[in-house]
Amino acid sequence: MQDLKVQFFVSGGTVNAVDGVSFEIDRGEIVGIVGESGSGKTMTALSLLRLIPEPGRITNGRILYGEKDVAQMTDEEIREFRGNEIAMIFQDPMTSLNPVLRIGFQVEEAMIAHQRFSNKQAKERVVPMLQRVRIPAAKDRVRDYPHQFSGGMRQRAMIAMGVSNEPSLLIADEPTTALDVTVQASIIELIRDLSRELRASVILITHNMALVASLCNRVIVMYAGRIVEQGPTRAIFKNPQHPYTWSLLRSMPRVDEKEKERLISIKGLPPDLGKMPPGCKFHPRCKFRVDRCFTEEPPLDEVDPGQRARCWVLMKNIANPEAQAQT
Amino acid sequence: MSAPAAPTPTTDPTLKSPIVRVEDLVKYFPAGSGLFGRSVVHAVDGVSLAIQAGETLGLVGESGCGKSTLGRVIVRLLPSTSGHVYFKDTDLTKVRGEKLRRTRQEIQMIFQDPYASLNPRMTVGDIVSEPLRNFGVARGRKAEQKVQEVMRVVGLNPNFVNRYPHEFSGGQRQRIGIARALVLNPTFIVADEPVSALDVSIQAQIVNLMEDLQEKFQLTFLFIAHDLSVVRHISDRIAVMYLGKIVEIGASDAIRDRPLHPYTKVLESSVPVPDPDIEALRKPILLKGEIPSPVNPPSACRFHTRCPIAQPICSEVEPPLEMKENGHFAACHFAGQL
Ligand SMILES: Nc1ncnc2c1ncn2[C@@H]1O[C@H](COP(=O)(O)OP(=O)(O)OP(=O)(O)O)[C@@H](O)[C@H]1O
Ligand SMILES: Nc1ncnc2c1ncn2[C@@H]1O[C@H](COP(=O)(O)OP(=O)(O)O)[C@@H](O)[C@H]1O
Ligand code: SF4
Ligand code: SF4
Ligand SMILES: [Mg+2]
Ligand SMILES: [Mg+2]
Repeated sequence: MQDLKVQFFVSGGTVNAVDGVSFEIDRGEIVGIVGESGSGKTMTALSLLRLIPEPGRITNGRILYGEKDVAQMTDEEIREFRGNEIAMIFQDPMTSLNPVLRIGFQVEEAMIAHQRFSNKQAKERVVPMLQRVRIPAAKDRVRDYPHQFSGGMRQRAMIAMGVSNEPSLLIADEPTTALDVTVQASIIELIRDLSRELRASVILITHNMALVASLCNRVIVMYAGRIVEQGPTRAIFKNPQHPYTWSLLRSMPRVDEKEKERLISIKGLPPDLGKMPPGCKFHPRCKFRVDRCFTEEPPLDEVDPGQRARCWVLMKNIANPEAQAQT
Repeated sequence: MSAPAAPTPTTDPTLKSPIVRVEDLVKYFPAGSGLFGRSVVHAVDGVSLAIQAGETLGLVGESGCGKSTLGRVIVRLLPSTSGHVYFKDTDLTKVRGEKLRRTRQEIQMIFQDPYASLNPRMTVGDIVSEPLRNFGVARGRKAEQKVQEVMRVVGLNPNFVNRYPHEFSGGQRQRIGIARALVLNPTFIVADEPVSALDVSIQAQIVNLMEDLQEKFQLTFLFIAHDLSVVRHISDRIAVMYLGKIVEIGASDAIRDRPLHPYTKVLESSVPVPDPDIEALRKPILLKGEIPSPVNPPSACRFHTRCPIAQPICSEVEPPLEMKENGHFAACHFAGQL
């Protein structure tokens, strides 16, 4: 994806939901996109499928999938591409499952719709698919309706529908946010295993940094429609260079916390995308800003091999950041 | 001569001055009628615990295990089916009239959803001052002053008194809810998932605010959340709930370092931490099956249908919530063995 820009044309003006986002994903790689709500995570993912809802539009950028440019595809091509290459899993499985149809039937339909399998093959694959996503007693439960499934099982059924065509890219948008932590743990294990079995790439969209640490090889941190930092997971967690990434990591309480430390909070709110501040978009909330931050927006520059950050200052140049952040 | 009774969580010898004591509290909800007559949801089923003055007791457990119901019964937003809730030696399930009013002034609740819990047609000033009017504590100029004072305390600009809830962000709305809870100078606050609906950076603002308020006003908190990380951070002690029952209760550190109940151990192992090196080694203990229905909870130990170390006795004899270490209680026949 190169220099993506997604704009919403609403009555009050233009909302730049995604502004100049570029990244690459290798085959088999698991990439996390993190950021607060409204930072543009979902819109970035939806544009990979050209699924931006009205009144939104992709107004700039190229989205290359192998050699193919998603932006140039005909409607026919894009439909086929969505079904065969990419699977999307959403936060609330209930919105994607039809409440009046049996689970097994819906999984079967998903396979038939994309024409990779004959009707007969599809029928035979339903139970193995449900077993693959570890639905207990899958043989008996194919005839259940969605409301007879728990939240975790519905998410598994959705994943089964998504991966039934053996996609090469799986996009999971907050797949566990509505689930209990024990169920979350099993869904994360499932996504990890499937990516290995299918040799598929995964984009995990989440606001939970800890999930990223657990699953992803690489991280993209978004703020106000932009990438503010990206790099290998270990670098981002051990050596974050953007003040927003740094603060996010210290604002989360940890379950293994030994000594009680005061959480670092980020004052204020993310900007309204319609009324973006000048300069660095994070400057109204940043504890480390300098004069230049008020007027000039920093570029997303390389700070270490493979790691980029959009900041004039960078955390490595700050002597005692904890003390400065608590003021 | 009879032997001294074994300590229960209500008579925990390590708590020097408990302000709240809950004894064998039960709350059932009707769940329609089944084959064998009327069935009931066993939402809270025999809970005993005590809360030390000035401490934060965290309450964790999975969705539907009865956390909110327990909180609501304790503050008497819901009547109990049986059992007792003592607040400073007054049995809240028994008192009526003026005494109840005075006691309830000291007990407040903060809710999870900062959107749904505020009346959209009332101004912030009216919302925050409502308890003052309801309890006849202050009106007019005096009420206005009190409202401005608490708004400042929770970090809201007092000039916003005439605005409506929709003009505020989620974090600010949660501050409004906190201001409303503080306006009567309570001593005990039940906070039901106060940060679950908020973004991470805003969560930290509210958690820090609650800690500051606790110190400033010597508040006692029952802090309900499903997120063990937040509960660990804010709580002195933690109670773990499963299907209407407390399965473990003890000091926050003890529960982290030596979880005794298998369910607690499973929860602890399931929570990721923001550190890839630790995550590379963490092995979550995955549970089999689904959380059973609270309409027909499993016999004896309710966790036996999913417990990795269950034995035949677990479905026959209910394990009592016993003190296994000083101030550390667990309800398991094989405590500490997973
Ligand atoms: N008014 C009611 N009528 C019938 N059943 C109810 C009622 N309120 C709660 N319940 C049931 O009681 C049980 C406990 O619910 P409660 O809201 O206390 O759970 P919780 O632990 O707070 O869950 P969550 O984490 O989802 O908030 C659930 O099975 C719920 O469906
Ligand atoms: N239909 C729409 N009309 C106007 N703005 C929208 C619409 N959908 C999304 N947006 C805006 O786009 C921005 C990014 O949204 P999204 O990608 O969903 O964020 P995230 O997934 O990070 O929470 C938000 O500020 C949101 O308000
Ligand atoms: S550019 Fe300036 S304001 Fe922006 S994050 Fe860096 S230091 Fe903060
Ligand atoms: S009593 Fe038995 S089933 Fe219950 S938690 Fe302990 S070992 Fe598991
Ligand atoms: Mg989203
Ligand atoms: Mg609840």
